[in-house]
Amino acid sequence: MKPHSQYRRRFFRRSLAGAGAMLLAGCDYLGGKPWFVNMLGTGEALSRGIHRSLIPRKAMAQEFTEADLSPHFRSNGTAAPDSELYRALAGGNFADWRLVVDGLVARPAQFSLPQLRALPGRTQITRHDCVEGWSAIGKWTGVPLHAVLEAVRPDPAAKYVVFHCADPMDSNGRNLYYESIDLDDAYHPQTILAYSLNDRPLPIANGAPLRLRVERQLGYKQAKYLMRIELASSLADIHGGRGGYWEDSNGYQWYAGI
Amino acid sequence: MSADKTAILAPSRRLLYYRHRLPVRIMHWINVLCLSILFLSGLGIFNAHPLLYWGHSSYSTRPAVLEISARTGAAPADLADLAAATDDADDAAPDEDASEPRGILRIGGREFDTTGVLGVSTNADGTLTQQAFPSWLTVPGRYSLAESRLWHFFFAWLFVFNGLAYICYLLASGHLRRDLLPDAAEVRGIGPSIVDHLKFRHPQGEAARRYNVLQKLAYLTVIFVLLPLIVLMGMAMSPMLDTVVNGWVDWFGGRQSARTIHFIVAWLLVAFVLIHVFEVIVSGLWNHMRSMITGYYRIDAGNGKGEQP
Repeated sequence: MKPHSQYRRRFFRRSLAGAGAMLLAGCDYLGGKPWFVNMLGTGEALSRGIHRSLIPRKAMAQEFTEADLSPHFRSNGTAAPDSELYRALAGGNFADWRLVVDGLVARPAQFSLPQLRALPGRTQITRHDCVEGWSAIGKWTGVPLHAVLEAVRPDPAAKYVVFHCADPMDSNGRNLYYESIDLDDAYHPQTILAYSLNDRPLPIANGAPLRLRVERQLGYKQAKYLMRIELASSLADIHGGRGGYWEDSNGYQWYAGI
Repeated sequence: MSADKTAILAPSRRLLYYRHRLPVRIMHWINVLCLSILFLSGLGIFNAHPLLYWGHSSYSTRPAVLEISARTGAAPADLADLAAATDDADDAAPDEDASEPRGILRIGGREFDTTGVLGVSTNADGTLTQQAFPSWLTVPGRYSLAESRLWHFFFAWLFVFNGLAYICYLLASGHLRRDLLPDAAEVRGIGPSIVDHLKFRHPQGEAARRYNVLQKLAYLTVIFVLLPLIVLMGMAMSPMLDTVVNGWVDWFGGRQSARTIHFIVAWLLVAFVLIHVFEVIVSGLWNHMRSMITGYYRIDAGNGKGEQP
């Protein structure tokens, strides 16, 4: 090989490595600028807007058969809430547990587990998609969220349903998990408050005594250990204002349909 | 590639002709930006769960088809046995090696030690990090699933709009028919063309005005197969888009299969880019760069098959 072409090859290689390093450094630089992060966030707004305008409101998530069930349904997020209140409730087999439904509603109410089980239920075998990339298939039974909402009669100003949970997300017992969805998802037939997984009472690892299933969104929307459901006109005044624990703490997208 | 009226006869009897029109040049460079960032942010997202599966779910009776992991502690039993059996032959590994994390790539049943690149690598501040793809291959450089997703979905939209504009342009301008679709004679000439490529012989003169048949087929495969497929497989991973036609994700084997296909196609595109850039370099880097920036490509008018204008 001639020295000239050797030089040329080294030049190409260094140019390529240099361009790559500049691209990565440039990305990290821009990623630290609020205006740029806001611009990137328009991707989420676009996804949500296009999904909501083109996909029918009642479009159903795929349902599977018993043969598709995952042998073990992986626990996502908290596996055992570290709080005295929750331990006491679990110790009493959730006999003292009540689901509070309030906020912008005409008739705030509390539901015990037997009361929820007495309402007409829905069973669905669906795929749980974690934001990390894995999926698991489980059989859920629960009460459709719309049945609970109809019982409390939401105010027309209500736009969001906020789920307050029992699991603390830090070691000092504060920062309880929470999530929120809009009314399109809240009134969707497959959106249920599940009290059973694979024909057995919901295990603690999967959110006992009650968890949300909102089947057209990712795993972090599926709030576990439900304590209170609040109807709100805006998410701005709730915790960090972004509509969920991971949205507030880690910048996750509120719209989790993608 | 365009008409002779735009040709300029250079004093050195070399012909500069207008090869790439402005829309193609702009869309090409937007595509370079989008695919680069989609790939790097995609690897960042993959790092959140560095395993691939086939089927609907990750937790079935089938093992993962690919896994990148870091392994700390003693070497696996079979390797230890092997070391014991050949104790006199090899220089025994130092003890601290047993506790150093090793990066492991497992595909099917086979394992590869990929320490330094996959599984275990050194990040920007020089610390040893256990993550699937190294920080110099991810956007952002430090691990953040939320930020990688922000980058990925913004540039995915830009890529899709750019791609749709390109497809419209291809059809409306005649670029597809005129420059990309091979005719029967070209298809018959695939054999000699392969030989020419392997010998790094590139068309000269008038023949260099047109895309070569292999080049045409490669571009058509990327434009009409790989790029639409990777977008579709990305959409298959969205639980909301899965509802558009009930069960459509099953046509590709299920959501986890779609994720695996998305990953494989990403690497096929990397392979295309490497070959594309290689061919550009060996057949005249500056000439090609000029033509994709200014539009003008130089051919040697004297030794071509055709007549000079």
